Amino acid sequence: MNTDLRNIRPYGDQSGDGAVQLSFTLPLQYGPLAREAAKRLCENMGFQDITIATMEDIGENFTFFVIYGKTTASVDASAIKVVAPKFKKMTREQLDEVVKREFNRRIVVVGATIGTDAHTVGLDSILNMKGFHGDYGLERYHAFKVYNMGAQVSPVEVVKKVREVDADVILVSQVVTQRNVHIKHLTELMDLLYAEGVREDLLVVVGGPRITHELALELGYDAGFGAGTTPSDVANFIVQELLRKYSR
Amino acid sequence: MDRPKIRLDKKLVDYARQLAKEITDEVQQMIEQHSTVSVERTVLRLFGVDGVTDDQIPLVNVVVDKIKEWEMLQDGVAKPFVNAMVVLDKSAQQIAEAIVDGLDLRSLPRASNEKINMKMLELSRQSLETISKKSQQREDLLKELGDPPQPYKYLIVATGNIYEDVVQARAAVQQGADIIAIIRSTAQSLLDYVPYGATTEGYGGTYATQENFRIMRQALDDMARKVKRYVRQVNYASGLCMPEIAALAAMEGLDILLNDAMYGILFRDINMIRTFTDQYISRLLCAFSGITINTGEDNYLTTADAIEKAHTVTASQLVNEQFALKAGMKSRLMGLGHAFEIDPDVEDGLLYEIAHAMLARELFADYPIKYMPPTKFMTGNIFKGYAVETLYNLVSVMTGQSIQLLGILTEAIHTPYLHDRYLALINANYVFNNARHLGREVIFKKDGFIEKRANQVLREAVDLLEHTRDVGLLRAIEEGQFADISRARDGGKGLEGVFRKSESYVNPIQDELEKRLGVKK
Repeated sequence: MNTDLRNIRPYGDQSGDGAVQLSFTLPLQYGPLAREAAKRLCENMGFQDITIATMEDIGENFTFFVIYGKTTASVDASAIKVVAPKFKKMTREQLDEVVKREFNRRIVVVGATIGTDAHTVGLDSILNMKGFHGDYGLERYHAFKVYNMGAQVSPVEVVKKVREVDADVILVSQVVTQRNVHIKHLTELMDLLYAEGVREDLLVVVGGPRITHELALELGYDAGFGAGTTPSDVANFIVQELLRKYSR
Repeated sequence: MDRPKIRLDKKLVDYARQLAKEITDEVQQMIEQHSTVSVERTVLRLFGVDGVTDDQIPLVNVVVDKIKEWEMLQDGVAKPFVNAMVVLDKSAQQIAEAIVDGLDLRSLPRASNEKINMKMLELSRQSLETISKKSQQREDLLKELGDPPQPYKYLIVATGNIYEDVVQARAAVQQGADIIAIIRSTAQSLLDYVPYGATTEGYGGTYATQENFRIMRQALDDMARKVKRYVRQVNYASGLCMPEIAALAAMEGLDILLNDAMYGILFRDINMIRTFTDQYISRLLCAFSGITINTGEDNYLTTADAIEKAHTVTASQLVNEQFALKAGMKSRLMGLGHAFEIDPDVEDGLLYEIAHAMLARELFADYPIKYMPPTKFMTGNIFKGYAVETLYNLVSVMTGQSIQLLGILTEAIHTPYLHDRYLALINANYVFNNARHLGREVIFKKDGFIEKRANQVLREAVDLLEHTRDVGLLRAIEEGQFADISRARDGGKGLEGVFRKSESYVNPIQDELEKRLGVKK
């Protein structure tokens, strides 16, 4: 199939049909008014050929919709430059070897879920021995000495730990957030690292389902890893970025 | 009973319980020697002290901190506090306010022991009377409206704003929820005080306050009458204020409290002596007021592999059971926890899940077992996640679980949207109704995979319990035997709020509860 990169549209069952599925709730009582409101809302969002597949009364004057529509919008994918953490994929054994040769010591990693977030799922899947989906966590590498501080850690505690263990890398996880509180937490940590004068000595990496590399860079971090990241991605980035950093 | 049976090694079951009993006997001796600032604040709350200072500090905190500062805390707050009530002829609230305004209890004359004891007994009886009345009201409403069939459908609301929680809870009840939990603002477990009043700001949840409890209770009761089905209210007696939350929940008629003997130690790094002591008093209160506890064994599986570490769930359930028995709890109030957390890519993962669910069901036959949904492998593909939840619901209804925390398809993405909850209920309503009596028809193959697996997990739990008995629970936790997390007995948050009781320590509330529950030696 010939794809025109300059004119990319969603694909339903034929090229360029622009088919999109949506689901949302409106604070309107179930009925004809709610139906028409949902339809017009979709039109306002730029959809055509709108099909309300289902609308359901979910109580308290709320109505839930599943809607199909076609968008006329398109995107020029040829003009997009994606920012992503840069690294070559090496195996665990290769990384361990490189670190032994180039550093002659283990890279010290401090990991924490900061702020009010109580979720360690993301952090654990990157750090714990077992890892995720058959991809071993950082603890399994000879290359790393890992300190997993768990959840609800304050930026002050992170800095204290960094000093105590003379860390090379901070891994911060933010999983569940509300009202963009993760941005606030991440900014707080970065501000503190600068205030304490330790920022330049560290590689500071953030991960989580709502994190992008672009956002991470914007907030002053060295890298951001989003959903689908494996421990080996992070391991590779850390080793290769530290090598780049030290060779500068 | 609409559930299948499974043959467990009877001797092994008895041995496991015996081990858990020995493990907790030792800890209980340590509990007896200690009290905590939260326990003392609980006494004041039950005496009727309420409210906060201009700086939003609860009066009970001010009073306990003052008594500590005056080096009188080792005897318990009750005696010096009630002495002030007697000699100044004022109410508990008035004395607390006077202390805020500068009253120094050291400057007061001493009333006779007899007078103080009489007053303490009177206050304790009054407060327990109030709680009894409240729980009787709950019983009556339950009888009037009728109990929905199990598994109860349990949903979480977490907007941060109690008034918005009410809207979402009402919608959830209309859609079929039997239990509503107001998840707490994430940092609350580490606050060494209970916030005050109706709150409209919170992160990842809503603060647990007495007023918030009251607002939600009222809303749920109104809805229950409307849908003609009793609706249970849940909150969290975990963290640094376990007994205080239990007291507030008892006063406001909550039905269920999350309450685990070890969760705070392992997953919140709260000091172990603090947690063990606090859980005991909180469970006395739950036992007395008929509040069901839900333990947090699901957490063991979110940090470790659900097949490899299945036995840690069983071991913890047995430990939680023995601690609860020591606090006079009946099995009908012990909602021991477990979870559906096996990697969906594992071949025959469903058989493992059924085996684990049957093990919990069979070990704790008439207990309101609480089953927790998949979270760890909810990856953001909401469509696959929804399919996984269908199997979770099927296992639950087939194996006869009691309390079903419904899985949300957007787990790990954001706090639930209104329709995420609706979709969770559609799934559960469909599966529970469609397979309502499936359990009656199922017989597990003798010595088949499921039966063997259940017995194997039990054996592994016994191994862990044996080791724990040999070294002691505190040492076992220090070794990282539970959840691979190691905690030191003199470490953790809240240690400064633990103190050793003096010879003349008095806690009239505890005494009265123990007497009525028949746990006093």
